[in-house]
Amino acid sequence: MFNETEHTVFLPHDRLAGLLAAIRAGGWQCVGPRVEQGAIVMAPLAESEGLPRGLQADQAPGQYRLGADAKQRYFAWANGPQALKPLVFAPQETLWRVARGTDGALTFEAAVPDAPKRAVIGVRACDLAALALQDAHFLRKGWDDVHYAARRAQLFLVAVQCAVPAATCFCASTGDGPTPGMGYDLALAELDAGFVVVAGSAAGRAVLQQLDLAAATPAQIGAAREQGDAAAAAQTRRLPGRDLRDTLMARLKHPQWDAVAARCLACGSCTAVCPTCFCHAEHEAPALDGASSHHAREWDSCFGETHGHLHGFNVRPDIRTRYRQWLTHKLAGWHDQFGRSGCVGCGRCIAWCPAGIDFTAEVAALTGAPDVKEA
Amino acid sequence: MTRHAAIDAGPPHAATVVSRVQESPTIFTLRLRLDDPAAQAAFRFAPGQFNMLYLYGVGEVPVSIMSDPEEHGIIGHTIRAIGRVTRGLSALQPGDRVGLRGPFGRGWPLQDLGGNDVVLVTGGLGCAPAVSVIHYVLRRRARFGRLVIIQGVKHADDLIWHMQYEQWAKLPDTQVLVAASQGAAFWPWHVGRVTELFGLARFNPARAVAMLCGPEGMMRAAAESLLGRGLPEAHLYLSMERNMQCGVGRCGHCQFGGAFVCQNGPVFNWAEVRDLLGHRGF
Ligand SMILES: Cc1cc2nc3c(=O)[nH]c(=O)nc-3n(C[C@H](O)[C@H](O)[C@H](O)COP(=O)(O)OP(=O)(O)OC[C@H]3O[C@@H](n4cnc5c(N)ncnc54)[C@H](O)[C@@H]3O)c2cc1C
Ligand code: SF4
Ligand code: SF4
Ligand code: FES
Repeated sequence: MFNETEHTVFLPHDRLAGLLAAIRAGGWQCVGPRVEQGAIVMAPLAESEGLPRGLQADQAPGQYRLGADAKQRYFAWANGPQALKPLVFAPQETLWRVARGTDGALTFEAAVPDAPKRAVIGVRACDLAALALQDAHFLRKGWDDVHYAARRAQLFLVAVQCAVPAATCFCASTGDGPTPGMGYDLALAELDAGFVVVAGSAAGRAVLQQLDLAAATPAQIGAAREQGDAAAAAQTRRLPGRDLRDTLMARLKHPQWDAVAARCLACGSCTAVCPTCFCHAEHEAPALDGASSHHAREWDSCFGETHGHLHGFNVRPDIRTRYRQWLTHKLAGWHDQFGRSGCVGCGRCIAWCPAGIDFTAEVAALTGAPDVKEA
Repeated sequence: MTRHAAIDAGPPHAATVVSRVQESPTIFTLRLRLDDPAAQAAFRFAPGQFNMLYLYGVGEVPVSIMSDPEEHGIIGHTIRAIGRVTRGLSALQPGDRVGLRGPFGRGWPLQDLGGNDVVLVTGGLGCAPAVSVIHYVLRRRARFGRLVIIQGVKHADDLIWHMQYEQWAKLPDTQVLVAASQGAAFWPWHVGRVTELFGLARFNPARAVAMLCGPEGMMRAAAESLLGRGLPEAHLYLSMERNMQCGVGRCGHCQFGGAFVCQNGPVFNWAEVRDLLGHRGF
């Protein structure tokens, strides 16, 4: 946002409900922040439901706690465990069904994905960057994943600038935040009295037009821009570079892999909350009558026992090789596959790791220390 | 590589088992035909590519295509029954149905070998993709130089197509070297490790292309030996195996460093995989 050519308007806090109503009038169902079990989750919002206000998300390795925001803002919480991933790449879904006739003939049928028109309120810059990476994976030219594509096409994205990053955030160092750069329909920067708003698509402009809002003043735009710069400067965690591919691949025998393996529980929480992880397993669910079966996919993790299973052999038999797969895929493999790192600096894997393993600290230990260990 | 958009991410296409041959106590060959005649007629592949074969109610597995690419009416697979899906496939009889998606991945570089000697090294039971190459070369013999077949198996009983190996050994410009770690009565070949045979292989390293498939330790040893004899790296290819759920570069299980084995492989040039191959865990 804050591109000179964009038309920037101001939405006072008391007209936020009007924005949601205009989005709903466009046919989108609103999905937005709600407090559940002490965390902000993205959930379908009932029409009468307001957005939570005055909350911050205090995050640290292995910790997520909601606290109060003295300024009573709507979006002072940096992020929750979910990104956009579950809305496009479903945690579990049927891909196809097959029926078997009495003569044994098989009839296959593609499952039709459930793809409602959905507007997501409160998308962060890191979420947009992660979505672009998932698009690159699931929407390859002439080779689209139909399930992902159907849901992706129905999204309306209302992004917000992060003014209060969590201690786990490091999007400034990956170049993905804290101010949304692209890929949104609307982007908001929240000030004490309301929001500076820009549209990033025709659909976004159409929604804004219905609200008849005044242009944002240069002072408001300046304040929003400054608050983004301050949020970036406030981040303490970082990655030591945007392309660590060769550095990490030269340290595959580093002793830090053993050190982290001793703490890692191989639970897969990091891969589940990571907005860019795309691994899934496929499995079969035959019906009890024997006449049909359906073939489904489900999120999977390279920390699991079966991810590297080959008959009689496991490619990654221990936690050391599994953690190394996760970290080198994020920061090395993604460069080969998609031309950039697979980490957008959201910090979720840090906050949601039950062992409190800090991704950035591991990278620092791996890249800062000499590669001394030989297998 | 041309893509066949009609048969890709799914759902599979129905196919019928046309014939079934038991090759050894655990290895069998299924010859399949897609039920849709137009899909069968349009099905084209290169040796080294694979299909995802679906067993009703059980699941899908990747299997190399071993029939000849110019035999258009049929799709052949030689399979070892080892687990849930492959044991179930082994129980199929002519007339039974399966699902099929494919062909996937990149096959052997057989089109552009231009008169080079062909050195094939296979180990373990990774023999099916290699046998398809042998057949391919023998049916187009004039296009290739010498054919050297080096095959290692654990036990003498694991060598299927015994007679064929003996017949191949008698052909001109063809050398067959077979080793079993454990021999058996009347085993005509070498007893010991397959790597002990590399020194006996006769080919012109400057004008040869080598193709390897089998256990990774064996492929590394073979590569070292072949490169040591002067084979250029660019002429060395190998076929990789990883867990595969989707076959279309989506599920992430087949990743080998930055490569998706199902799409970028399973056949790789040596230089593409050399650096990671020695590291356990990828
Ligand atoms: C590119 C490629 C080509 C292959 N070609 C052949 C062939 O021509 N003939 C043949 O007999 N076998 C071949 N295999 C191996 C074959 O896919 C496995 O033997 C088969 O998947 C085992 O499945 P299962 O359910 O019987 O065994 P289980 O041990 O019960 O396996 C459970 C699951 O793990 C996965 N899996 C297990 N082993 C492998 C493996 N080696 N490779 C990939 N996924 C695996 C599958 O998803 C399988 O369903 C090939 C594998 C690959 C990757
Ligand atoms: S690796 Fe961690 S910080 Fe990076 S995108 Fe994934 S969850 Fe976020
Ligand atoms: S291999 Fe691991 S790190 Fe990479 S996408 Fe899959 S689960 Fe995520
Ligand atoms: S088999 Fe799924 S990505 Fe290769």
